[in-house]
Amino acid sequence: MTEKQNPPAEGHAFQDEVTELEAKSATAARLFDIRRIIGALFVVYGLIVGAAGIFATDADLEKAQDININLWTGLGMLALGLFFLVWVKLRPTVPPTPPLPQEALDAAEGEGGPAGRG
Amino acid sequence: MLHLAEGLRLPTNGLDYTILAIYFAVVLGIGFAARRSVKTSLDFFLSGRSLPAWVTGLAFVAANLGATEILGMAANGVQYGAYTVHWYWIGAIPAMVFLGLVMMPFYYGSKVRSVPEFLLHRFGPSSHLLSSVIFAVSSVLIAGVNLYAMAIVLEALLGWPEWVAIVVAGFFVLAYITIGGLSSAIYNEVLQFFVILAALIPLTIVGLKRVGGWDGITSSLSASQGGDFLTAWDGTGIGEANPLGANWLTIVLGLGFVMSFGYWTTNFAEVQRALSAKNLSAAKRTPLIAAFPKILIPMVVVVPGFIALVMEPTIGQAGSGLDYNDAIPVLMRDLLPNGVLGIAVTGLLAAFMAGMAANVSSFNTVFTNDIWAAYLKKGREDGYYLKVGRVVTAVGVLIGMGTAFIAAGFSNIMNYLQTLFSFFNVPLFVVFIIGMFWKRTTPAAGFWGLLSGTAAAMVNYFWLYQQGIIDIPSDQGANFVSSIVAFVVGGIVMVVVTLVTKPKPVEQLAGLVYGTKSPGLDLEGAEEGDEVWYRKPALLGWGAIILAAICYVPFSF
Repeated sequence: MTEKQNPPAEGHAFQDEVTELEAKSATAARLFDIRRIIGALFVVYGLIVGAAGIFATDADLEKAQDININLWTGLGMLALGLFFLVWVKLRPTVPPTPPLPQEALDAAEGEGGPAGRG
Repeated sequence: MLHLAEGLRLPTNGLDYTILAIYFAVVLGIGFAARRSVKTSLDFFLSGRSLPAWVTGLAFVAANLGATEILGMAANGVQYGAYTVHWYWIGAIPAMVFLGLVMMPFYYGSKVRSVPEFLLHRFGPSSHLLSSVIFAVSSVLIAGVNLYAMAIVLEALLGWPEWVAIVVAGFFVLAYITIGGLSSAIYNEVLQFFVILAALIPLTIVGLKRVGGWDGITSSLSASQGGDFLTAWDGTGIGEANPLGANWLTIVLGLGFVMSFGYWTTNFAEVQRALSAKNLSAAKRTPLIAAFPKILIPMVVVVPGFIALVMEPTIGQAGSGLDYNDAIPVLMRDLLPNGVLGIAVTGLLAAFMAGMAANVSSFNTVFTNDIWAAYLKKGREDGYYLKVGRVVTAVGVLIGMGTAFIAAGFSNIMNYLQTLFSFFNVPLFVVFIIGMFWKRTTPAAGFWGLLSGTAAAMVNYFWLYQQGIIDIPSDQGANFVSSIVAFVVGGIVMVVVTLVTKPKPVEQLAGLVYGTKSPGLDLEGAEEGDEVWYRKPALLGWGAIILAAICYVPFSF
């Protein structure tokens, strides 16, 4: 393939800039894991809505066509919340590799690892 | 524009408001917690290109699942019946798969930070500036229109005065994006995705029981609306009349090909989610992961429309006091007890805010990178652009809030402007597709293709259709035809202009055109673990197409 030949630097300054910013970027290293937030919120919601289901009034049940929809929705949300919390527990966020020069990253990428096969 | 009828006030109580308050606290919390991850402008605008595919994928579908979309598609279900599924299965899935499998290597691999920026490198400043300005103006406008739509809904459902809703929601969106940047917007979209499902699924289940299940819907609606109402293709022969005002050809070409490809593949509010993924494999999978929920969403959006029509057979007709858009609010009012009702209100509000946030977070990126940094203040240090991005976010939201107040007085003008801007996506798609696959396409062709395609769509819609020179039965049908016209005219103009003008030297197009590669892009762009079968883009993409096709079967025979 011919693209390995030196491309003109002029047309690709923006790509170098993005590469440089990627190396300095803090998102991968410092952004929290959204799975915790989804898990916690849905556990809390599941408990609140589920409790509303346990103490459902006859009017509530009648309105929802005799389905205790609060109870079922609460249980569903609780299950989803627990799913996310268990997922974080089993597969925690991979600790980010400290910023390496691009060449080192490229070299490391080919190696593969134990998590490679699923 | 949404208009909700009087008498839709929901019987909310303290429990429902507790649920809503918790959500608002979490939204702000995400913004503050994301703050420490924002170090560079790339973190602020594209989450440092480091998010996992499932996060960007769910954000991709959630950015489209705004409340106007949810209420509007339920309304389409009431008005057009099962034809509404075309907006999902033919009008979204093929385009999403095309974006992931075919276009993403160019977008992500070339390291552009926005859709307009791709135009800059592929064509040049004229088409870049044109599309950047139009995108920036239209996103702020759409954000404002969304905000206004939300204010009307909240006034009807909760009794909040319009200005309270505009100021509160505007402030929250402003705060969490200014503080946490795109990561905050995307995380909130992922959260919104689950909350809105937690609202719509119980609504659909209780609704189905109320009307006697799917059998109840089919027998009731076939009797009242005619046999074609619950089919996807009956009555769409050329020359036949149907409520959609479109035939199978304009559905397939206009909606399925031109309009949907224009929206899904060039709308930066969507593509931005994929550009924030951590590698090319994750970027390709972003729209593909989004495709699967998109296929199933009609079950909890369009079906409630049918349920509402069974429960309130006069909905949408004069004198009923109910508008098509009231379908989901009516079900919320009549079927959900306190508790789940709070979840539903929260989901709706979350969907409004996330829809607006998607516009704002794409607006600040395009304005800062493609207008401010590209033409007004070049070559400053990165910290300067990060600061500009934050200021622009705040200014954008404030203009959006202003637009919402203006829209309250002049809603017809807003409708008109929205239609106007909608004509810009299609020519943009022509320019991209020809520019990506034909090396010779010249910079001048990009600009003139964009301009002529947009003009052609406008001429067709505002002159030929609205003046009655050609006969199309509905606005929807006219939209489909206008898109086809824009595509054909834009394409022809591009080919002609290309043949008479000078192309860019081929070495400047590396990574931007089919058959070239970005220098330094690792070949597969995947990381370890990405070779497992469920992470293969081709399998996901074709799986989504096949699933969408299967979904058509029960509605086709």
